[in-house]
Amino acid sequence: MIRALRRPTLWLIVAVTLAFVLLPLRGNDVALREGLLLAAVYVILATNLNLMIGYAGYVNFGNVVFFGLGGYTCVWLVNSHAWPLVAAALLAGALVSLVAFLFGLGILKLRGAYFALATIGVNEGVKAFVANFAPWGGSAGIYLSIEAYQPLGGPARGLWIIYFLMVLVMGLSLLASYGIKNAKFGLGLRAIGQNEDAAMVLGVPTRRYKALIYSASAFLPAVAGALFFFKSAFIAPDDAFDLALSTEAIVAVMLGGQGTLVGPAVGAVFYEELRSTLLTAQAFSHFQLVIAGALLLLIVQFVPGGLMGWIYRRWPRMRRILE
Amino acid sequence: MTALLEVQGLGKRFGGLQAIADLTLSIAEREIVGLIGPNGAGKSTAFDLINGVRAPDRGRVMLRGEDITGMAPYAVVRRGMARTHQIVQPLATMSVLENCIVGACFGRDDLSLRHAEDVAREVAGFLGLTERLGEPAGQLTIAGKKRLELARALCARPSLLLLDEVLAGLNPTEVQRMIGVIREIRDRGVAILMIEHLMQAIMGLSDRIVVLSSGRMLAEGTPAKVAANPAVIEAYLGDASLAAKLHARQ
Amino acid sequence: MLGILVSIVDGVLVGSVYGLAAMGLTLIWGVMDVINLSHGAMIVAGMFGLFYLVTLGLPAYAALIPVLAAGFAVGVGLYWMSVHRMIGRPPLMSLLATFAVNMVLIGLGTALWGTVLFNVPVSLPGVAWKGYTFTGTHIMAAVATSVIAGLLYLFLYRTRLGKAIRAVAGNREAAELNGIPTTQVLALAFGLGIALACISGALIATLFPFTVLSGTAYQLKSFVVTVLGGLGNPAGALLGGIALGLLEGLLTPFMPVSWTTVIEFGVFVIVLIAFPRGLFGFLRHARSR
Repeated sequence: MIRALRRPTLWLIVAVTLAFVLLPLRGNDVALREGLLLAAVYVILATNLNLMIGYAGYVNFGNVVFFGLGGYTCVWLVNSHAWPLVAAALLAGALVSLVAFLFGLGILKLRGAYFALATIGVNEGVKAFVANFAPWGGSAGIYLSIEAYQPLGGPARGLWIIYFLMVLVMGLSLLASYGIKNAKFGLGLRAIGQNEDAAMVLGVPTRRYKALIYSASAFLPAVAGALFFFKSAFIAPDDAFDLALSTEAIVAVMLGGQGTLVGPAVGAVFYEELRSTLLTAQAFSHFQLVIAGALLLLIVQFVPGGLMGWIYRRWPRMRRILE
Repeated sequence: MTALLEVQGLGKRFGGLQAIADLTLSIAEREIVGLIGPNGAGKSTAFDLINGVRAPDRGRVMLRGEDITGMAPYAVVRRGMARTHQIVQPLATMSVLENCIVGACFGRDDLSLRHAEDVAREVAGFLGLTERLGEPAGQLTIAGKKRLELARALCARPSLLLLDEVLAGLNPTEVQRMIGVIREIRDRGVAILMIEHLMQAIMGLSDRIVVLSSGRMLAEGTPAKVAANPAVIEAYLGDASLAAKLHARQ
Repeated sequence: MLGILVSIVDGVLVGSVYGLAAMGLTLIWGVMDVINLSHGAMIVAGMFGLFYLVTLGLPAYAALIPVLAAGFAVGVGLYWMSVHRMIGRPPLMSLLATFAVNMVLIGLGTALWGTVLFNVPVSLPGVAWKGYTFTGTHIMAAVATSVIAGLLYLFLYRTRLGKAIRAVAGNREAAELNGIPTTQVLALAFGLGIALACISGALIATLFPFTVLSGTAYQLKSFVVTVLGGLGNPAGALLGGIALGLLEGLLTPFMPVSWTTVIEFGVFVIVLIAFPRGLFGFLRHARSR
């Protein structure tokens, strides 16, 4: 335990989280807060996705389904049953990860590419299902009334609270990733990622581990989705299960360096910055997907280790400092 | 005395091919048993059936009296049986040390990372891998990878070790060294079932030999007895009269 | 009752086109172990190709030929640009590469054409029967599919190049050792797979209106069909397409179209988990026991 406290990466996580908290507070900068909120969402999605891609070696193409289901569960609980936000978000996280665990036991029997395909299918299937699901508003979605903000002390204050909660989720994502990576669980996962058959023969309980990490990778994105869609006060199938967001999470992970801790977070922030720049520049607003795709294509072919992979090759000592 | 490993009437069919038919053998504590036979005899398949990679169609596998037939490999490791592969399977981008720690962590005992590291270092030292602990496993030489494969299996602290052609691809010096290591492993209290093509090595090492041909046990006994068995000679040479001539010449 | 029968036959006709699309996917998969996630985008490309050729005055069914040729050329180009370096690398990498290509294409498509609905005006006299009509375009599409499938079969089994492709699909190293220029063959096979995707898109465009985003639904259908028919098995893909079309024909009189995706996804996952060798692979294997 003491050994862990001395590692630079842990302090880096704390420092970044504190920065996210303090920066917008200076001068009550709402614009910065909104930008950082979006960045935090990307970091959460990428960091949790990395658990599957980078540690266990399974690509979850439909990772946005956790985000969307978390959002729907929370908004529905708040809207139809007047649940308080935090409780609704936590329950959303718990339910989604439970469903993910049970579902994971099934689809994780599939290897590599088949699993990836199944996850695309999961997302499309859930989206189509929700679009037909009347209690959740069908294809029209659910609108949250402004009264939902009353328990939070009104909209202005509520937005700040949601922001801090999101930053908390981001910090927890990074900490969880760090904790798993350096634990026996993480070692087993990485063995699975390297060579699943060899890992099995070496004694790693592959089926259980895969289902656990799939479930774990669902929890915090579901909570983030809960917070995000509560904030948006509106949720509909096309936004909640937007494959583009799944894709961007993958790009963020590959860009920063899959399997590392810092990589996905760095990739997420970088990508979010790129994206918002493109969105505001009129000429490029429709091209974000094109740019993301082109980036991914280049990375996969020429720099598969991403930014961190490149850094580690050039400065091997950084492996210990920036995990 | 209950045998450490008992295999009874094992059978496995792949489509039209009966890969293993009615295989029965047993291994006692601290025994070295060699499993030999011509190519395609089903030796590696037998290993797969014993350590749980594949479930047999028929028969039973008992480890220390416990029925482990068809159990998943990780459960088998937990019960004290570890295995190496003919084609080495290093966890390539992980370091040699990490590879061994995996073996130790998920082996017979549920070790903590710290404890597993101690075990890993000890075993790596025993196998002469100490200088290479920090290297990515994929960058070792073939001999190094073979030693790593063995080290990893040993880290699980098994009571029975299944070695699949651990000497293949090694030069004579390395072979001699490995033979010494295998003897030391047995002296440490581990029983060994080994598949090998290097006749001299396996005949010299084994207490008993089992000969497999076309999925069936052809012969069983001490190395000398098996070597003199005409059916065995025929299986390798494929010609009964030539086998008789060679046997007569002896 | 008769209405259901008509619906089923119609489903089979349309399903054959799904099979054609899936043949492209399964060919690439079988030959080079690459799952082409830009398959849907290429189907859409074929749709737009046909649209513009028809707008320029070409009769719809004649326009199929330039679409096929262009699809092949684009496919070969795509191979060199994104797939070539992925051969031999972990399957995840080629998945991501083709996925990236898909992103780029769909991104360009939505930037250029938004989500506007397009329609190719093709009308053919239908076949009347007992008060029901079998749509002319559906019948023609099935005919075109049969012709193309037949040509593909002839190519794969009666030409040297086709044999080379099958050799590389069977064992790339052995083919290489036998003097087959595997890289060129892979590029060819990829081009062929893309050409099939494009032409199936063009045929679908003669049947239904489309948008830039229609590709996703047809890609999912292609995947369902491919896993039904077994990987790398073009004949299985065609049969699987017909089976899927049959299923759709059976379901459409009874439930809203939006449920089809859910059911198809369900079929997909179930078949993936329960029948790793495809439904037809399973049946074939079960018979030999």
